Order: sequence, then C-alpha cells, then structure tokens
Amino acid sequence: MIEVENLSKRFGNLEAIKDISFSVEKGKIWGFLGPNGAGKTTTMRILTGYLPPSSGTARISGLDVTADPNRVKKKVGYLPEIVPIYPEMTVKEYLRFIAEISGIQRKKINSAVQGVVERAHLKEVYSRLVKNISKGYRQRLGIAQAIIHEPEILILDEPTIGLDPAQIIEIREMIQSFRGNTTIILSSHILPEISQVCDGAVVIKEGQLMANMTRDEWNKNLEIILTSQQGIAEQELKAKFPGIQAVKLIKNSLMITFNDIISNINPLLQYLIRQRVVIKEVKAGLEGLYMNIISTEGSQPGLSGSHQ
Amino acid sequence: MRNIWIITKKELKGFLYTPIAYIITAFFLLVSGFFFYNIVVWFSGQSARMMQNPYYANQLNLNKMVFESYFNNLAIILMFLLPLLTMRLLSDERRMRTEELLLTSPLKISSIILGKYLAALIIYSLILMLTATHSIFIIIHGNPQIVPLVTAYLGLFLMGAVFIAIGIFASSLTENQIIAAVISFSTILLIWVISWIGEGAGAGWKGILSYLSFFSHFQNMIKGVVDTKDIVYYLSFSFMGIYFAYTVFEFKKWR
Repeated sequence: MIEVENLSKRFGNLEAIKDISFSVEKGKIWGFLGPNGAGKTTTMRILTGYLPPSSGTARISGLDVTADPNRVKKKVGYLPEIVPIYPEMTVKEYLRFIAEISGIQRKKINSAVQGVVERAHLKEVYSRLVKNISKGYRQRLGIAQAIIHEPEILILDEPTIGLDPAQIIEIREMIQSFRGNTTIILSSHILPEISQVCDGAVVIKEGQLMANMTRDEWNKNLEIILTSQQGIAEQELKAKFPGIQAVKLIKNSLMITFNDIISNINPLLQYLIRQRVVIKEVKAGLEGLYMNIISTEGSQPGLSGSHQ
Repeated sequence: MRNIWIITKKELKGFLYTPIAYIITAFFLLVSGFFFYNIVVWFSGQSARMMQNPYYANQLNLNKMVFESYFNNLAIILMFLLPLLTMRLLSDERRMRTEELLLTSPLKISSIILGKYLAALIIYSLILMLTATHSIFIIIHGNPQIVPLVTAYLGLFLMGAVFIAIGIFASSLTENQIIAAVISFSTILLIWVISWIGEGAGAGWKGILSYLSFFSHFQNMIKGVVDTKDIVYYLSFSFMGIYFAYTVFEFKKWR
C-alpha cells in the first residue's frame, strides 16, 4: 500500500513536484506516466527514502518515509533509471553484496541470491564480470537487486529503457510474474507497456498530477483522429448514442468516453462512416487519452478525475 | 558493526581488483627505498670519515642520522600518495550512480563512510608494514634504539589515518576523482605548513599554529616521545574528517 498526500519537492527555486496525492492499493501494479522532467523520478526517489520531501507525506505500508526511513528502506526495492552496478564485480559478488546491504541474514544470503538468479534468469552470466554482460542482462540484474530482499513495494524507474523488443517483452513478463503480494510502481514512456502491464496509472506533467485512473477507466476511452473537423457536432453524437458519457473535439481528434465501450463502438463507427466522415486513425484506451491529458494546458484532472 | 564490515570488505576487494592500490604500493616502496638508500649511503660515508676521530665517532647515531630523515621523507611521500588511495572512495559511488543504491539500502550513512575509511586504513597499514623491511635491514646490520622506531611507526600510522580522513572528506565533495585528490592534497599540504605562518606571528599564535600542524606532533614521535596530546590531536583530526564527510552526505539530502 502506497499513500502519497500533498507531496511537494523543491530544489532551490525549482519546484520538481507540486502537491501530488494518490494511493496505490496493495498488490496492484501502477504506472507512472509523463514527459521527461515531469517529476516521476523525484517522486520515486521520495518513496524510496532517498530524498526527503519539502512538504507533504508519503507512506509505505503505513510507515512515513521521512519519519521512519530505515524501516521503509527494508520494505522497498528500487531500480533506478541507470542501473547501479559495480563493473569490477561478478554477478555473483554483486548480488551477494546487495543481499548483505539489504540486511538479509547471513544464513539466508545464499538462498536469496539463488532465488533471484532463478527469477531474473541470470544463470548464464552468474560468474561473469558485470561490466561484460549485455544491456538486457544488466537490466535484469537491476531488477534482481531490487527484489532480492523480497520487498513489499517495488519501484522501477523505466525498467525497459534502451532494450530491444524481445528484451522488453521479457522484462514485462518478469514484472507480471511479481504480481501478487508486491505493490509495484513502474515508470515508462511506452504507453502500450503501461496499458498492458498496469492496473492503473498516474500521469504527471511539470510536477503536477494530471490524472489518476484505473485500467477500466482508460479502457472506456476512444480517440478517433479525423482528417479535419468535418462539421461534427459533439452534442448531436452524445444525443444519438446514450452509451456515450462524454465527447470532446480537440483539433482533429474526437475524444469519446463510453459508459459501455463494447456495445457502442461498432454502431458509433458505422454511424460516422455513413456520415462520410473520413477517419484517419482510431486509438483505444490509454494511448488516446494520454496525449489529451498531456496537451491540456495547466493543472486539470483528466477525463476521469480522481477515482478514489 | 556488521554493516561497516560489509562496506570494508567490498572496498578491499575493489582495491585488489583495480590496479590503483598496487601502483601506489609499488611507487611508495620505490620512492621510499630510494630515499632510504641515499640516506644509508650518506650515513656510511659520514661514519667512515668520523671514525677517524674518536670524538666524532661518539656522535654517530643511527636513530638521529638515518631514521629521523627517513621517517620525515616517508611522511612527505604519504602526503602525495594517500590522496590517490582515497580519491575514488566516495566520488566513484556518485559517478557510477551506485550512491543511490547504498543510500536506498537500510545501511546508515555513517556505516558507509566508516567502512570505506577502515578499508583505506587497512590497505595503508599493509603498505606501511612493507616499508618495515628498511628498518629491519638497519636493525640487522646496526644497533639502533628500537623504541623510537616503534613510536615513529605509530606516528606514521596516525598521521596516515588523518590523511585518509581528509581524503574521504574531499572524496565526498565531488564526483570527480582528480578534484578529490587535488582537494585532499592541498588541504594536507596547507595544514602541514601552517606552522610557517606562526614563525613570524606573536607568541600566542605561534603556539596555536604549530599545534595545528602535522609536523610538530610527528617530530615528537620520531624522537620516541609518545604524548597523549599528540595522539588526541591525530585522533580528533581523523574524526573531524570523517564527520565532515558525513555532514556533506546529510546536507546533500536537504539541498
């Protein structure tokens, strides 16, 4: 369980994050979305106890990260954006060192190391020097070090950055396999990744929380990109289809939120085609929604607002 | 304690796997051996001449004529080489982004810094032990007083402990190893020569400044005098360096 209330962090004059509040229930996988420099990493660093917040509170399993950093650090596993490695160590030595500094009892270190080697598929490189292993293995090693002490909370800062498509899928599957007791926060630039892996996501832009939504909420959305506005009347569409909750026309794209997407999507598209509307692209779910949230000026909750 | 040792162990391995400790040891032995050889050659020349005259022959003293200048030379070589041993200890963690790993682990900052300090101190002690071969050579072939040798080594150890603490502090300030080395070398040099300012100053200042300098405390120990005042001086200086490094880490968090 992660609870964040009115969290702010200033670096000198720069406000890295402003008044962010959200919570993630135990066992859920939550995405962190936002442009570069939006404050994702800062928020994650506060949750790990690495940075103290300027104001507001963050609680991990009920423990305040500022008041109780040492107990929080035992409960949190963290993969920073740049995998922190000691190049001159072997994979084995590195994992043993991590196990030791994580406070794992001496007797259990061997089994903990063997456990993560198994779970992160590191057997092939076990006795190689860390500096000589490939980027994909390095990323897996990063995840292995984050989970070695079986944390309740796992925070992954862009775990798939710089990997090839096959490796990305591998890492995704690995993250999926942790689903259960571990609460996971995962930042990414790749929207399909978040929409496939996560149960929900927060969107941060310029240090502010733009949206916090569940998978069900973003799945109700459809973005239809048209070649031009083509005289579409938002109200007319809404009146015609009772299954539509909200319609917005932003530039050339039609943002639609359904009450029930399954039974309404076909009739809507057929209707639009009959009206001789030229459709360029249709994006379902998070992908359509994200650009809309990010391009909104200023602070404003997304289409679905705060769902808690 | 266990946490300190975890870091010490890691750093010792780091010293073994990277060439820097070997190179420092090799050059330390080379340069100190060179000085030692020169001093001994000079001494044997002097003694050959002085033996001609029974009055001068009594003045020959191995401790004064060989060891005092030898140990002073060692101290100066240390001033150059120890900053190279300590420069990467904390700065490299920041450069490699592993600092984040250590600081998000349940380790305390103090354990991290003390662990690294201890590792450098162990390596330094090993280097110092290797130079003992020079002293043993004299003990075998001559008849020096042993006590001043032991106290001089204690003095070298304590002074090195201060240099390492200053080096750790310098290393906490930057992610660049070269900058860390320059800062620690200059700091050590300034504290070393601070008594020079005292020469021209009034009586009160002279006492304070020469107390601050590494030099005067070390001279007592070379002569075989162990004063608690000197030991307290070195220990408190070491503590200060470590504490400053700790403060830098605490401060960075709130920056």
